[in-house]
Amino acid sequence: MDKMPKWADVILIPLISVILALLVSGLVVIFIGESPIEAMQIMIRGAFGNAYGWGYTLFYTTNFIFTGLAVAVAFHAKMFNIGGEGQAALGGLGVAIICLTIPWPHWSVALLAAVIGSAVFGAAWAAIPAYLQAKRGSHIVITTIMFNFIASALLVYLLVNVFRVPGSMAPETARFPEAVHLPNASQFAGFLGFRPSTPLNVSFFVAILACVFVWLLIWRTRLGYEIRAFGHSETAAVYAGIHPVKIVMVSMLISGGLAGMMAINGVMGEAERLVIDNVQGAGFVGIAVALMGRSHPVGVFLAALLFGALYQGGAELEFEMPAVSREMIVVIQALVILFTGALDNMVRMPMEAFFLARHRRQEAAAAAAAPNPKPDAAHTGAPAAQREE
Amino acid sequence: MTSTPPAIELRGISKAFGPVQANKDISISVQPGTIHGIVGENGAGKSTLMSILYGFYKADKGEIYINGQLTPIPDSQAAIRAGIGMVHQHFKLVENFTVVENVILGAEDGAMLQPSISKARKLLTDLAAEYGLEVNPDARIEDLSVGHQQRVEILKQLYRQADILILDEPTGVLTPAEADQLFRILERLKEEGKTIILITHKLREIMEVTDTVSVMRRGQMTATVKTSDTSPAELAELMVGRKVLLRVDKAPAKPGKTVLEVDNLRVRHHGVDKLKGISFQIRAGEILGIAGVAGNGQSELLEVLGGMIPAQGGTVRMNGDAIDLTGAKSDGQSRRARGIAHVPEDRQSEGLIMPYEAWENMAFGYHHDPAYQANRFLMNNAAIKADTAEKMEQYDVRPRNPRLPARNFSGGNQQKIVVAREMERNPDLLLVGQPTRGVDIGAIEFIHRQIIALRDQGKAILLVSVELDEIMGLSDRIAVMFDGQIMGERLPDQTDENELGLMMAGMTKGAA
Amino acid sequence: MDFLTILQILDSTVRLATPLLLACLAGLFSERSGIFDIGLEGKMLAAAFASAAIAFVTGSAWAGLAAGIGASMILALLHGVASITFRGNQLISGVAINFLAAGLSVVIAQTAFRQGGRTPALTGDARFTEITLPFADAVADVPVIGPIYANLISGHSILVYVALLIVPLTWWVLFRTRFGLRLRAVGENPAAVDTAGISVVGLRYAAVLICGVLCGIAGAYLATSLSAGFVKDMSAGRGFIALAALIFSKWRPWYALMACLLFGLLDAVGNRYQNIQLGDFVIPVQFMQALPYILTVIILAGFVGRAIPPRAGGEPYVKER
Repeated sequence: MDKMPKWADVILIPLISVILALLVSGLVVIFIGESPIEAMQIMIRGAFGNAYGWGYTLFYTTNFIFTGLAVAVAFHAKMFNIGGEGQAALGGLGVAIICLTIPWPHWSVALLAAVIGSAVFGAAWAAIPAYLQAKRGSHIVITTIMFNFIASALLVYLLVNVFRVPGSMAPETARFPEAVHLPNASQFAGFLGFRPSTPLNVSFFVAILACVFVWLLIWRTRLGYEIRAFGHSETAAVYAGIHPVKIVMVSMLISGGLAGMMAINGVMGEAERLVIDNVQGAGFVGIAVALMGRSHPVGVFLAALLFGALYQGGAELEFEMPAVSREMIVVIQALVILFTGALDNMVRMPMEAFFLARHRRQEAAAAAAAPNPKPDAAHTGAPAAQREE
Repeated sequence: MTSTPPAIELRGISKAFGPVQANKDISISVQPGTIHGIVGENGAGKSTLMSILYGFYKADKGEIYINGQLTPIPDSQAAIRAGIGMVHQHFKLVENFTVVENVILGAEDGAMLQPSISKARKLLTDLAAEYGLEVNPDARIEDLSVGHQQRVEILKQLYRQADILILDEPTGVLTPAEADQLFRILERLKEEGKTIILITHKLREIMEVTDTVSVMRRGQMTATVKTSDTSPAELAELMVGRKVLLRVDKAPAKPGKTVLEVDNLRVRHHGVDKLKGISFQIRAGEILGIAGVAGNGQSELLEVLGGMIPAQGGTVRMNGDAIDLTGAKSDGQSRRARGIAHVPEDRQSEGLIMPYEAWENMAFGYHHDPAYQANRFLMNNAAIKADTAEKMEQYDVRPRNPRLPARNFSGGNQQKIVVAREMERNPDLLLVGQPTRGVDIGAIEFIHRQIIALRDQGKAILLVSVELDEIMGLSDRIAVMFDGQIMGERLPDQTDENELGLMMAGMTKGAA
Repeated sequence: MDFLTILQILDSTVRLATPLLLACLAGLFSERSGIFDIGLEGKMLAAAFASAAIAFVTGSAWAGLAAGIGASMILALLHGVASITFRGNQLISGVAINFLAAGLSVVIAQTAFRQGGRTPALTGDARFTEITLPFADAVADVPVIGPIYANLISGHSILVYVALLIVPLTWWVLFRTRFGLRLRAVGENPAAVDTAGISVVGLRYAAVLICGVLCGIAGAYLATSLSAGFVKDMSAGRGFIALAALIFSKWRPWYALMACLLFGLLDAVGNRYQNIQLGDFVIPVQFMQALPYILTVIILAGFVGRAIPPRAGGEPYVKER
């Protein structure tokens, strides 16, 4: 029997975990000597109070959707892709090469090419750790961490030695040509009050499309079916004729590709050039987003929105409450990862006990009402007994 | 003998796991300096009983007396203090440690290792001489043979000065020669006054080394006798019992052309030879039952035929054509394409994805079926659900809800999902492993009828089961497997459970 | 390149290798017990902040050290609760701890000191100063050996010598004591330890806490010895280099020393030269920075002497039968 109803697993537990994380964050704010309620109000106002706030919130959300989906896809195959940071950095490289080397006639074509380019570069950066995991059993968590650092060194080298504009000191590429500048929210949603300076751009829609794509992939395609089956049980997957090596490779390539696509938002849509450290930790936020969103695109979207708001609200908070550093959002992020990920059992075990007790009470009541219990009841525990021998 | 108290006495031990009564009011008493055997089928409750004695489980009821003293055993430390040592079926050794290190682990004399190591090294030499337990103290465990690893386990217990040794299925992983050596060691230990409890399902071992023997069946102790007063045949009967035979009505088989030909099939899995060159054939419209104690290669036979593991040699032909046993076409998909369906032994870890809903499981392994696809990219989930609803109706799966996750169905209904999925594919050959394990009576009957019906449609069926009843009731021919080999074939109406039981224990009729 | 330059590079190698070494040995204890720890970075960072803050307030580097160890141990305990008691995912727990430290250190620093998330610069006794070994001045003029003794061996902070002493100590504890035997066993096969009547949970908590202590020293060294105060993200990936060194050394103490010295050398060379000219080849500094990670991936891939982690690593122990 299930220990808990599905809604408890999917909604209640993440919700309790996030509330716990926020409560502890509130304690930190109190410790600092500020009012958590007031801080919360500032953050909400800063994130959602006006078009300016919304522009940044949704801009960050876009980043976190990509990296969150990346982590989520790997999670479905029971892999922990901690390399989103490096894959997104490489995605930026892909975008820069696409935008700078080809004279695109229109931003829409360039966007399409950039989506492909960033995904290919991100996937390529995930390919080596994936291959080593699938074929050599090298732990993907460690290799992807290592690849984050290698990516960062590689990018610095390329920006300093290869892409730097001659005569310029700044380690960054030239500005992308006018033709590939993506329309920002002031152009397609100016009526909502977005200013030309808003970072929110059409990549947001690409991110939503990516959510739909991942949803279709995971729940509507054979590949997604196989990925989830493999993630739940490798033995059963082999029974069904699913090839573990293929699943590990393909799911990591998709994961890396999604992380890489983050670059179209920041690099192509906002900075319009490739700068050092363009990812800014978004790869890691993806971990929190995927954990909190239970690896479901809808959950990832909502969690990304929450973190987008946190990032934007956090910036406002620093402005209005100088005592509270912007790093407060990193603390909240850490606590969300801690409670929804590592301490999941801490919330889960009492909940399971609660629902089990409730279930027993209901069953006892039902048994009292109907003298004949269902005939199968005696066999529910049989498989457990067999494992004894 | 009566003047000394028994080394071990269990009084009224009971233990339940949820609704399953694993041990029911068990009492035994074992005299010091004897070897006492406990036999029983898989799931009879032997291991549970010994786990209680070693402090892994706490009994719901009952008392344990050691040397006449009431001794509560809440944990392993208490068992060790009481002089009980256990050699587990799966060794509890640290593989990259040396023998000495494993021996002293947990029984060191002080904070420094060196005194303990010197002491242990000397003691090991003494014990080697005394009991014939030679093993190089500085060898690493992973470099030792299984037989030597087992010696280390025994040495570990002797180092802890255990007077009572429990060995759980000690010969399961040993070659016959290694098993003989083990028995000589056990004899020596007995001569030195140790008390030994030997848990096994192999009657040959019981007859060879034990002084007394208890038989367990379905959680109960059905008999305790002196070994010299009994015979393998009697023990086999006590062990298997005269169960209520589930009568399966079936017409005589009408075998057609040969569907499956297995020739000299060899499988090595995790470094152990599991199939040592076996050959058999199954014809259309017949059921070949494979009887045997679990772990004698039946699982690997199903797995290699089902495409889960590669073979090391031999040939397998389906309808006259050889199938790929090692290459790219040796996976489960290719097997299904060749008309081989597979109801695996363990529905929970192989046959089903437990968090998947019933409809997702109904497509499992057949998810490439064109009927399940909406277009090149997407699956047609509605079609799968409709198909599932139909099959659930047909196989009477309850509750009849395609959206329910597999883990929420009872064992019988889970199995019906697997059976429906595999049988409705109209395969030429059906592989069935433990079709009714953990399944309620109603579902057992249903599944048995389905298997017979499939046979009557002219399909070939390979049935693997540790339930002798099931094998006897369903099979048209019975092959008995022991130690990766087929001991022989019998016709169900020309044999009986005693003969099969002996063959399952590795003995032929002449030897008994 | 003259003798003095080489000495200077080696001297800075020792300085830069010290925090790596301490963190690496910390990880060694934890991972040998079967608890993966990718939170070395966070523990080091938390310790760096706590030690700098307390050293500034009290004016005592030793008080700072104690605070650093305390902060690191709190995070270590958190890792233990998540991964031992609640059998959570050890990697996710490590990630959370890294962020927690990265965030909290700056948040608290900002509240306490209002200097943009850093502590004020430490001076005088608030820092571990370099100690001159006996006769260093006297022998400084002796050719070759003199400068080596005076400049390379002498003249480091006490924590450097502590770190170097912890290497043989770790080896001794691991391979010569009962605790070490049990610790290694629990990382390889916790069931063997459990059936021998020893507490798996107790051993693992002990290992995780030792890891906390060593990370604490590493962090304190960063803030009160290598630098003079805490700045945001000052661990700068050293926790991950230490992790790389741990894999590189295949979880063995003496090899850990070698790996950390090697990675320290790469760092020292990278700091001194931007690019290295080798004939026609120019090795960019970024390559030097990435080299520890590249080497680790190669080792992990098993193309050169495969690194096999403790067998029970990463898996929570669930008692069965």
